[in-house]
This record gives sequence, structure tokens and C-alpha cells, in this order.
Amino acid sequence: MPTLRDIKRRIVSVKNTRQITKAMKMVAAAKLRKAQTKMLEARPYAAKMNAVIADLAAGAERGLHPLLAARPRKTVEVIVMTGDRGLCGAFNSNILRAASGFIGELKRQGFEVSISTIGRKSRDYFKRRSIPMRKSWTGFSGRIVYTNAQEVANEIIESYANEIIDEVFLIYNEFVSVIVQRVSVVRLLPISPVETEEREPVSGSEFIFEPSQQDIFERLLPKNIEIQVFKALLESQASEEAARMTAMENATKNANEMIDKLTLQYNKARQATITKELMDIVGGVEALK
Amino acid sequence: MENKIRLEIVTPYGLVFSDEVDEVTASGSEGEFGVLPGHAPFLTTLKVGMLTYKKGSETRYFFVNWGYADVGPDKVLILADSAEKSEDIDVERAKAAMKRAEERLKKAEEIDFHRAEAAIERAVTRVQIAEKRRPR
Repeated sequence: MPTLRDIKRRIVSVKNTRQITKAMKMVAAAKLRKAQTKMLEARPYAAKMNAVIADLAAGAERGLHPLLAARPRKTVEVIVMTGDRGLCGAFNSNILRAASGFIGELKRQGFEVSISTIGRKSRDYFKRRSIPMRKSWTGFSGRIVYTNAQEVANEIIESYANEIIDEVFLIYNEFVSVIVQRVSVVRLLPISPVETEEREPVSGSEFIFEPSQQDIFERLLPKNIEIQVFKALLESQASEEAARMTAMENATKNANEMIDKLTLQYNKARQATITKELMDIVGGVEALK
Repeated sequence: MENKIRLEIVTPYGLVFSDEVDEVTASGSEGEFGVLPGHAPFLTTLKVGMLTYKKGSETRYFFVNWGYADVGPDKVLILADSAEKSEDIDVERAKAAMKRAEERLKKAEEIDFHRAEAAIERAVTRVQIAEKRRPR
């Protein structure tokens, strides 16, 4: 039977925890709003980029670009994107579980798998299991800038061109809504043939390209990968904050419940003590008679 | 909207500009080019430089940092790494960036050299464009 003081101490401790989870929830909500706007702002760029690629592809038949060429797959690269921080529910573990499954599947099919990570949590995960990583980036979260995406994209494009890796997948959390985040696996390389939706030919006239069409193509494709990575980074960031918000909301709720329960226990114990004291006094008085 | 061009400038950080204008000038990788309504379809890469548009009697300047221009008879679509209106350019920051880059250039190793050079180019262009703040 815990004493009154023990219960009191626990109530205070749970209250402190509640204070923290409440604050974290608020912070996550603010960050989520910021991340969401950023995500929305990046959308037109991605959409327009597709329009340009469509224009480009519609122009004439294109030479085979190295980034388009699928070659026999030997080494498959899996990039695992998580957050840098924990305390966000199942956000990181969902990704890591999906990644492990995916990697296992690839290995079973007989591919060499190389792993790269974005985010501290995924790096730590593989490090703990002493699974070697080809590359790991950390410290992106919080302030994601386009150059982050460029850094990642350039590295994988280079490795791909040098045939260190033959195929690249990216696993990240897709932001569906504040309560739903979906683990999503996309193939970055080789680039799947651009699906160009039907568009009316531009008044039948030929496009002028400057420099050559090939040149533009060569620059645009890496760009496309950059934007995909960038988009994934932003989605992941928004998902992380959303997950954290939900997790902290739940934690606050649990803390409240616990405080209620403990308070009840405390009152009961207090009453019991009072009753006991009364009995003692009454007993004492009886004895004196 | 017969004799107008729809000018859109988009960066990864959002839509910077979107409006109907009369004339657009930008610096492509092969040199400066001008666009009037009815231009032939044209696709080019852009380098660090200035983009100008005219709307009525008003002339405005933009700083554009790399990207692509997709030109059609009635539209100009600019996809840039970054873009700023001339009045939004932070001259102090550009100058500071220039100083930093120059420092780097002095003790430059091979790789840093290109980056420093590019940084200087950006800074100089920014300052130049910022000086055009007052439409003449």
C-alpha cells in the first residue's frame, strides 16, 4: 500500500510529464503548419517541371539518356528516410519496419543491397545492427532547403553513373493528412519513362532548343530527381510533425487519465487514514471510561 | 488576352510571380533573349542573371538563379532554383556573401574555387539588379 506521500509524489511527476507533452504538442502543431505550407509551395514547381518535361519529350524522339537506361540490376540501393528525433509515435519505426522487409525481399531475390539513410534515427537503427551503410545524411530536419535535396540527388546520380548502384529506391513517409501518414516506396533511378498525358500539339510548330535538346534533357533529368527528393523531404517532415502531434496528444490524454486515477487513490487513502485516526481516538476514549 | 504573355516564375519555394505581361527579357545560357507575344515554342536553360518584363509602361526586374524557360506563343514559364524581385533583394546579404566568397577564393583549393566563383557571380548580379530598383 503506497503511502500518501508516495501517491502525491507520483501525481506531481505525472503532472510534470503532462506539461512537457503538452508543450511538445503545441510546438509540433506549429511546425506542422510550417511544414505543410512549404510542402504546398513546392507543388507548383514539381507540376511545372512535369509540364516542361512533357514539352521536351513531345518535341522529338530523344536519345537514350544514361539516367533512363535500365541495366541489369545487381546492386539495389535503398534510401531510408526518417526523422532526426524520436517521440513521434510509430513514425520512425513504421519506416524502419517497411525498410527491413523491403531489403529482406530484395536479398531473397538475389540482389546486392546497399543502404543509405537520411535522418539520425535510421542511421542509428542500422548502426545498432552493424549493417553497413553506403551513405548517411543527418541534420536535414527542421530547416529543409533545396540544397539538401541537391546534395542527395547529386550523390546518387554520380554513384549510379559510376555503376556502383544499379537501381535506387527511396522509402519515406508520405503525408496524407494530419492523422494518416503512409509509408511509400518510390523508384528514383533509373527514371521510369515519363508518362506524358495527351496534350494538344503546340500549333504544329517545332520547338527551338537552346542549347540542344539533348543538353536540356541531360540537365532536366537530374533536376527531376532533385525535386523528387526535395518533395519527399518535405512530406517526411510534415508527416513527422503530424505524427509527433498525435503522439503527444495521446500522451497528454493518458497523463490526464493517470492523474485522475491517482487523485482518486490519493483521496481514498487520505480518507482511510482519517477514518483510522478517528477509530483510534474513539477506541482511546472508550478505554478511558 | 490576345497580345499578352502569361509570365510565371516558379521555384521550389513557391510561385514567385504570375501575371499577364507585354514583353519578357531573360538571360539564357546562350545569351539574352526577348519574348513578345506569338513567340515560337522555345526551350532553354537559364544562367544566373536578370529577367525583365514590361507591362504597359511599367518595367520590373527579377534576379533568376539558374533554371529553365519554357516559351510558348502566349506563355513564358520560368523554372528557377531561386528568384527574387529586384526590390526584395537583400543587398547587404549579397555583399556579405561576396566578401565571404572572395575570402574563400584567396585560400581556394580546386573544388572550392568553382563554388566561390559561382557565389561571387550570384552576388554581383544580385547587387546589379537591386540597383535597378527604381523603374526608369
